[in-house]
Amino acid sequence: MAAALAGGAPAIQVRGVRKVFSGSEGEVLALDGIDLDVEPGELVCLLGPSGCGKSTLLNAIAGFSPPTSGSIVANGRAVTAPGPDRAMVFQEYALFPWMTVEKNVAFGLEMAKVPARERRERVDALLAMLNLREFRDRFPKDLSGGMRQRVAIARVLAIDSPMLLMDEPFGALDALTRRNLQDELLRIWAKLRKTIVFVTHGIEESIYLADRVVVMTYRPGTVKRIVPVTLPRPRDPAAPEFNALKREISQMVMEEQARHAQAEVGGATAD
Amino acid sequence: MKTAGSSATRLARQLLVPAIVLLAWEGISRAGWVSPIILPAPSQVLVRWIDYARPLAPYDPAEGSRLRWIFSGELPHDALASLIRVAGGFAVGLVLALPLGLLMGAKPMVYELMNPLVQIVRPIPPIAFIPLAILWFGLGNPPAFFLISLGAFFPILMNTIAGVRNVDAIYVRAARNLGASEWTLFWRVMVPAAMPYILAGVRIGFGVAFIVVIVAEMIAVNSGLGYRILEAREYFWSDKVIAGMISIGLAGLGIDVGMNRLNAWLLRWHRGVEG
Repeated sequence: MAAALAGGAPAIQVRGVRKVFSGSEGEVLALDGIDLDVEPGELVCLLGPSGCGKSTLLNAIAGFSPPTSGSIVANGRAVTAPGPDRAMVFQEYALFPWMTVEKNVAFGLEMAKVPARERRERVDALLAMLNLREFRDRFPKDLSGGMRQRVAIARVLAIDSPMLLMDEPFGALDALTRRNLQDELLRIWAKLRKTIVFVTHGIEESIYLADRVVVMTYRPGTVKRIVPVTLPRPRDPAAPEFNALKREISQMVMEEQARHAQAEVGGATAD
Repeated sequence: MKTAGSSATRLARQLLVPAIVLLAWEGISRAGWVSPIILPAPSQVLVRWIDYARPLAPYDPAEGSRLRWIFSGELPHDALASLIRVAGGFAVGLVLALPLGLLMGAKPMVYELMNPLVQIVRPIPPIAFIPLAILWFGLGNPPAFFLISLGAFFPILMNTIAGVRNVDAIYVRAARNLGASEWTLFWRVMVPAAMPYILAGVRIGFGVAFIVVIVAEMIAVNSGLGYRILEAREYFWSDKVIAGMISIGLAGLGIDVGMNRLNAWLLRWHRGVEG
């Protein structure tokens, strides 16, 4: 997948992206002057307090809501609309509740007109990979949050997109399930080497997962700093190096929160 | 509230009030306090109901099978006539309301074009169309079908529109992201997502159709349960009127139970399945 790209070009190229939302209370500058390159096979976390525009940036890359100005190129093509080359995992899972687990996972393959037999094989393999085999005939309502997010991940892996865009995918899960799914994600990523852009407000989560953590500023959302994480995997959140990074990044996030303490309650927490 | 006790005592408790009402009714009628024309005793109604339901002639193998004989009475005929009318009229209403509702829900352009007319016609009770229906279609089945389909049409239409318009945007996003075309998006995402609304509309529509069939039969048609109870009144057969009413109630109950089952099965994926 990554090799199919033109030699050495980034998987995602964001240039001068600016996004203005106009609502009843006037205009809000959500993103300003964002420049970001994501290399093929890289795992990048967008980190920032709630409302910093990290999800807005992800939605722009996904093609759901185009930037007001600036350009986004993904997989060598300018982004104009959503498409299966930029598979998205949503925080709310967004599984189709009227379809069984199996049908949900097969949906993207059906859209791609993959023949029934191959479809079945791919779905079987993915259900096995994510430990979902015995749940194939269940409906989403009968699954726990962690299980649902597994299905959502299987669903986007099925279409074999070179890129996964993940919008706080583990935000609604309890700490134990979250760690579980983080490890699962890293395992899959190590195996399939997809480009992953992962939005989170969890500082520990971003250090645990990412090759690079993109710390964003709060309103307008800009890139404050890009912090490379070179710790070997599996990473130990209790290790001194991990904590040193955590302190450093926490400081940056706190600064942003302090700048806008009156505007926003909640936001970034060191989970 | 807590309901204690075994199933036998619970059943006894549930039957208590109906039994008292029936006994009091029977007592009042037998004591001669009211004329049997005003209020016949329940025992008399039961006798009349059996009379109404059973075959008119003794079984004759030359006339056909035993099954056919069992259903040769007046009540099965009337019930069947009413049910065919409801089913036919309802089917017409459904077939017209569903595509229009889906279109109005999905295409703002169609909605803007059609909504004013819908809003003007919708509040007119279908019963108010009876004079016009008779003028247009004469007497008999045609006006009945027209009125019943009209009665079923609007609830299904309104709910289908609301259902499609209220589809959670997250499903649409997910489907587009997975490469769904407009057409698939509509049939595989919008329609199933709207199904809880649509089925609620179907159920209301069926209820209205059932009301309309009885009224239509009282006015425009010479058969069916609605016609029969009005006819019985002409002869002061109040026992038959009540027997007919009970039959209508049982038919309605049967339809509702059936609809409930169908709903529960079609929406087995849905969180808040009711009934």
